Amino acid sequence: MISILPRQKMARNEALWFWLFISPWIVGLILFRGGPILASLALSFTEYNVADPPNPVGFENYARLLQDDIFYKSLKVSGLYTLMAVPLGIVVSLLMAMLLNQKGVPFLGVFRTLYYIPALVAGSVAVALLFQWLLNPSFGIINFLISRFVGEEGLIPLGLSGPRWFFDPNWVVPSFVLMSLWGFGGSMLIYLAGLQGVPTALYEAARIDGAGAFRRFRNVTLPMISPVILFTFITGMIGSFQIFTPAYIVSGGVGGPAYASMFYVLYLYLNAFRRYRFGFASTQAWFLFIIILILTIIALRASRSAVYYESPGDDKMI
Amino acid sequence: MAGIATAILVLGLTVVLFPLFWMLSTSLKGEIEALKIPPNWIPKSFQWVNYRDALTHNPFGTYFRNTFYFAGMVVIGEVLSNSFIAYGFARLRAPGRNVLFIMVLATLMVPAEVTIIPTYVLFANIPGQWLNTYNPLIVPAWLGSAYLIFLLRQFYLGIPYEYDESARLEGASRFGIWWRIILPLSKPALGAVAIMSFIFHWNTFQGPLIYINDNAKFPVSLGLSMFRTPFGGTPQHWYMAASLAVIAPCIVVFFIAQRYFIQGIVVSGVKG
Repeated sequence: MISILPRQKMARNEALWFWLFISPWIVGLILFRGGPILASLALSFTEYNVADPPNPVGFENYARLLQDDIFYKSLKVSGLYTLMAVPLGIVVSLLMAMLLNQKGVPFLGVFRTLYYIPALVAGSVAVALLFQWLLNPSFGIINFLISRFVGEEGLIPLGLSGPRWFFDPNWVVPSFVLMSLWGFGGSMLIYLAGLQGVPTALYEAARIDGAGAFRRFRNVTLPMISPVILFTFITGMIGSFQIFTPAYIVSGGVGGPAYASMFYVLYLYLNAFRRYRFGFASTQAWFLFIIILILTIIALRASRSAVYYESPGDDKMI
Repeated sequence: MAGIATAILVLGLTVVLFPLFWMLSTSLKGEIEALKIPPNWIPKSFQWVNYRDALTHNPFGTYFRNTFYFAGMVVIGEVLSNSFIAYGFARLRAPGRNVLFIMVLATLMVPAEVTIIPTYVLFANIPGQWLNTYNPLIVPAWLGSAYLIFLLRQFYLGIPYEYDESARLEGASRFGIWWRIILPLSKPALGAVAIMSFIFHWNTFQGPLIYINDNAKFPVSLGLSMFRTPFGGTPQHWYMAASLAVIAPCIVVFFIAQRYFIQGIVVSGVKG
């Protein structure tokens, strides 16, 4: 039974179905995305503790934030962490992906799977506890290995000893960076897929032109996978600025020692859900939003000359 | 060249897997042996009893049950809702569709921290007792997530339109096409979504920390974080036993379904 509908009516019918199908997203947008974004902006101009109605205070939260030493400290901690963790993560995962992509490497599937395991649980409570134990200054295996290799009676007796990691304010951020590096398997897989997409003909051509391994990397590999690098760079940056769980677990939710693990989002959480300063915390959230937006725009701008797209003007969203 | 690469890869793998080995090793030692320097690489005798002690000292059975309920409900919600929404965006034409899809992508840019406080305020104020339940964490999952809508839409764009056309000629409704044709055809993509979603929510911490206060309702992540006892901490061998027990389901699920999983990671990363 085929009913021939007039074209317009059919299009209207299709549009109706479209709205029906996306209706859950519309409800979610209003209740859990768009609505809260506006509400959060409004709350940032109030004093609010959930129990009493919000009390408008104008720009006071913004002024107070700019005079808050711990806020600056948290910016520094998260900024430093991002600055170290993101580039290091890219270098390590790209190097490993290139090794995996070598012709003739056996058990590719097995390597891929096993390297990915840490990424599965990265950022979880269990991993934070694990690294606390590995990096324990007195009983941890890492410091034991350091003393074995470069300690006074070590293999190469340099008399060095391991740092106090999470207990030394200067070593706290590097310790978290180490923890994040352990989960490099995720971006390694993405790079591997990108590398496998580079046409072998390009390498052949470069070889015929007499390009060595390094030149081939610089002039073929790097440009071809630069969009993937940009993608992991931006998502990595955003993710690093939002790190919470490891900092909360390792510092027992207080951000010590000497605020050295007071990451941005940890301080935000403490202001909101421990001190019930929801207005002030909303201000912090908006600051974070703006920071991420600016960093993303800078990254996109800076990459315009460095990133190579095979077909200019296609439908790439970023 | 391949030989050197393989050697480095094997060495790298030892480094990467060592922390997990050490977790297992510590979890099977006695309390004093766990702190011994120089350490025993392999425990003198395997203290399997640590697992029983660590997991019964706090009610981990309850935590596991809670987490299966929470992650399960979220996975069902995310698979159904996102495939439903993505079908609309991928295969139905309507004025304004592209603008709306750009809005989907725009919400990806908004950090969760911006919405977390108003969402909490919303759940604290609506009628019925929503705080200290999993509903604030489950209900939003049934209303679509931008990332998964994007991922599934890309997949649906690749399914030939002839399937829809012939089903329509046989009188199937749009809903029927989604349910009987698109869903079965997209099993690999939905598998990837389900596994990624399960593993993510199994480990998630911040949401439960904000909403769940009652020890009997804790998921494993909160249970593990509260393991710390006030009288001078928990012994390391217990910590490691409980931690390993908590991440074990993730690793098992990953090995069972890793083909789907790796596909999902690669698709979302490269096409992103």
